[in-house]
Amino acid sequence: MGRPVAIIGVGQTKHGRRTEISYPDLVREAVVRVFEDTRLTPADIDGVVSGTMPSMMEGIALTHFYFADAMQAAGKPILKTETCGSTGISIAHTAYYWIASGMADLILAVGHEKMNEGNSQATMTTVVEPFYQRYFIAGAPGVFSMQSQMWAARYGIPEEKIRDAAAYISVAHHDDAFDNPYAHVKLRVTMDDVKNSRLITYPVRLLDVCPNSDGACAVIFASAEMARKLGRKAAWVKGVGYRGEEYFFGDSDKGVWQSAVQAAKQAYDQAGIRDPRKELDVAEVYNPFTFQEMLFYECFGFCGLGEAPDLVLKGVFARNGELPCDPSGGTLCTNPIGATGLIRTAEAALQVTGRAGDHQIPGAKLALCHAMGGVDQFNGVMILGAEP
Amino acid sequence: MAKEYKTLMTEIRLPYELSYGPVWTRFFEGMAEKKLYGTKCEKCGRILVPARSFCPRCFVDTTEWVEVAQQGTLTAWSYVNYRYFGMPTEPPFIGALIRLDGTDVDFLHLMGGIDLNDFEQVRKVVKNGMKVRAVWKEERQGHILDIRYFEPI
Ligand SMILES: [Zn+2]
Repeated sequence: MGRPVAIIGVGQTKHGRRTEISYPDLVREAVVRVFEDTRLTPADIDGVVSGTMPSMMEGIALTHFYFADAMQAAGKPILKTETCGSTGISIAHTAYYWIASGMADLILAVGHEKMNEGNSQATMTTVVEPFYQRYFIAGAPGVFSMQSQMWAARYGIPEEKIRDAAAYISVAHHDDAFDNPYAHVKLRVTMDDVKNSRLITYPVRLLDVCPNSDGACAVIFASAEMARKLGRKAAWVKGVGYRGEEYFFGDSDKGVWQSAVQAAKQAYDQAGIRDPRKELDVAEVYNPFTFQEMLFYECFGFCGLGEAPDLVLKGVFARNGELPCDPSGGTLCTNPIGATGLIRTAEAALQVTGRAGDHQIPGAKLALCHAMGGVDQFNGVMILGAEP
Repeated sequence: MAKEYKTLMTEIRLPYELSYGPVWTRFFEGMAEKKLYGTKCEKCGRILVPARSFCPRCFVDTTEWVEVAQQGTLTAWSYVNYRYFGMPTEPPFIGALIRLDGTDVDFLHLMGGIDLNDFEQVRKVVKNGMKVRAVWKEERQGHILDIRYFEPI
């Protein structure tokens, strides 16, 4: 695992449709907040890592250069990590590696996206294999819907049950978002609203899908020595896992998604977690689609294969359930993609330090955060704890 | 009312010329003749379709060409009912993973040959595990869309 690494502060923008602000100023909004949160200054930082979706999303290549001033990166080493949807968790991993290696004591990690300036699904289409597959994927909703549909058929989950469970998740997360001051979509919905909303890519309907959000998130990672010196209440990185699969969609099984299974296993092994549902207090699962969220519960060992819909309907993963998932409202209500995985990390850090405000899970000490990316190709997991 | 701020409309247009290389050239020459080719990995024994120059798992060159079946089993599908800028296929359509008989990976293409306008009808017809077969275009140009779609058998 290298040296112990702590998260000592977070900053988020208000996420949403932010056409009133330029993209660099939006990035700076998150960066200013993380410095306010930590009472550090840019001069204290040893290095900066940032990331976005592919540059087709921004229309400006090499966004870490575009935002160098907003992140106060001049005169410092700067890295960009870009892994599509999992960019944010990959940024967190990069910051972790940097400090765990002993090469730095304070790293600024920044994820950002202005989804409303470009076109997310056109960008997503450029990720897809160009000779054989690009015509058939239909952006992120198409590919993740196919995966969910494969999973439901595999375990013979009745269509009505899985539809109800997905609607339950949508209602719960939309309610949760009201307690998160930074969340984008704040909408009261009913199960019937979800089930009757417009069909996007079967089985996914409009209220099963995340929004296009503008937003940024900044997190400062520190070595143990630095965290103690600063006297900050910290979230400690207990484990990291990242795994991928073959590039061609169809080469690997998506019904039991091995990259998700193995990424979680690697992180659990490092953290010494054997029974995640019992041991974890909260999880921030990357959930742009309600149906897919259930597949993650199974891949992460929160329950057995094919069991997730039943447990969802029993409230096991609700705010007051055995393992609350996405009390922030999650990706379903807020998705500035390059920031989204890092928001999961920031939210997990807030939870284990008792600073999550109105959506705090009482007494949370151990949290999982996660993101996935590509055409169903990569998964990253990080475990954060209240103790070193 | 909040002040409205200006936005800049801009656009990037770039042409690309992507090389097929020998293996994919041969695969698409096969499509022009209504044939689907895979390659076999000698190490793991899997038949990969579309044909690959190397096995992505074993990292060895594939050596054996195999003409594969044009029918198979539907393993996953999604009815696509939304559109976005630059979308390469006109909705509604059904993206589908198909395990062609005798092969070891899923082949991504379209499901068709049924009325796609009414989703409730589609849902009654399209089922995982159903048998499907390729329907070719009359005019072919060595392109993945030389297959119009896969239809239920
Ligand atoms: Zn092989």
